[in-house]
Amino acid sequence: MADPAPGKTKIVLEDVHKSFGSKVVLDGIDLEIREGESLAVIGGSGTGKSVLLKHVIGLLRPDSGRVEVDGVDLAGLSYREIARFRRRFGMAFQEGALFDSMTVAENVAFPLVRERGHTKAEIRDRVAECLEEVGLTDAAGKMPSELSGGMRRRVGFARAVAAKPDILLFDEPTTGLDPVTKETIDTLIVELSERLGSTTVTISHDMVSVFRIADRIAMLYDGKLIAVAPPAEFRQSTDPRVRGFLRADNQPATV
Amino acid sequence: MRSLTEPILHFIEELGRFCTLLWRVLVWTPRRPWDVRQLLRQMQRVGVGSLPVILLTALFTGGVLALQTFSVLARFNAERYVGSLVALSMVRELACVLGGLVIAGRSGSAMGAELGTMRVTEQIDALEVMGADPVHYLMVPRVWATVIMLPLLIVVSDAVGILGGYLVSVVLMGANPVSYMETTFQYMELQDLLSGLIKAAVFGLLIAMIGCYQGYTTKGGAEGVGYATTRSVVLASIAIFISNFFLTKALF
Repeated sequence: MADPAPGKTKIVLEDVHKSFGSKVVLDGIDLEIREGESLAVIGGSGTGKSVLLKHVIGLLRPDSGRVEVDGVDLAGLSYREIARFRRRFGMAFQEGALFDSMTVAENVAFPLVRERGHTKAEIRDRVAECLEEVGLTDAAGKMPSELSGGMRRRVGFARAVAAKPDILLFDEPTTGLDPVTKETIDTLIVELSERLGSTTVTISHDMVSVFRIADRIAMLYDGKLIAVAPPAEFRQSTDPRVRGFLRADNQPATV
Repeated sequence: MRSLTEPILHFIEELGRFCTLLWRVLVWTPRRPWDVRQLLRQMQRVGVGSLPVILLTALFTGGVLALQTFSVLARFNAERYVGSLVALSMVRELACVLGGLVIAGRSGSAMGAELGTMRVTEQIDALEVMGADPVHYLMVPRVWATVIMLPLLIVVSDAVGILGGYLVSVVLMGANPVSYMETTFQYMELQDLLSGLIKAAVFGLLIAMIGCYQGYTTKGGAEGVGYATTRSVVLASIAIFISNFFLTKALF
């Protein structure tokens, strides 16, 4: 396989297995993510993409296998060390997962407040900066319930980048949005990652979006990664499962 | 045979998880940062917010106790003990059990629904990702707010219940106000009051823990949240009735 983005390895998954009850979700995942690259993991609904992402950030622990970030095995960390370790990550959730009892600005400030050691002025400036990056300066004082789906996700992005993490994770960032908003979101993902120089992992089943944002694409099928390749190569894949996924997604939705 | 043991095993498993969560709440309690603002907010929600309902409950319970006991005690010319009976029943038993049920319906359900919604909208995952432990951030203030506020509510409730009994006896039944008040406190001991408060604190712990547990373990969207809310109230009520029996047995 070609090596499109040479560089240091940032995240390693080694033979990761995970089952819930009798249902095998991850069945031996091997994946290396390089520093600074943007990787997209695709696959149909319920194939365990989110589970994979939750392993990377240590929300779930593998039944067997290893997850390493910056050469540190997550399984070897205590509960507190994991909490500290997670400060390198910024995660944007599917529907934003904003705290609905807080304003937009308080949401974005949350990771900074938790980090401690920042003055109030620093936090205020950083929040303003992040909201500007996602184009929502005016929404600072609003409650999440007053925002549209696309806006909520952008606030989620602002919150994810607030503490300047070096790994960004996006969980289904474009699911359920209209094509125009999707494009805005995709552009934003590329911009935010470039500005932070972060390693970016995006979970999606939206091929249009994935081709816009990813340096490499990995396809999850039946608990295994069946293809990992740069977009151009991925498009040429002869694997029938990959072809099927590409074809199905490019067809207009029929009811 | 399997169908018989399965629910029992399931129950033990749940109980184990519940106790683990309780343990985590205790372990996280002294850890920094102390979120005093959040604690006060929850105390306000549980305590101040519930005051009107609790007062109404207590007033009418005291009143109906007086009504009932007056007519019964009159059969053996013991009307003058109505005051003692109302006061002791309220303080030892009714204020905390009924108050606990009211709080289970009001605050326990709210905790189940709130944490449940946070779970299904991934807000709990978001907390964890940002290095804020959900047990520390969400449960510690809720549990302690309820443990602190329920006994305080019960003190007020005791007083209002006694007032309810007084009003019914004196105004409706024509009892002598002075001797009524005299008998009210004649047989009461400090231990009666304290045991009621201890019960209230335990009920508070159970209500908040069950609500938080149900919310935290919610699965499956809006339906799951509804289910968690219902279970918060039903299980907390059952827990109150059962623990009340054993607490009463232990305390007297």
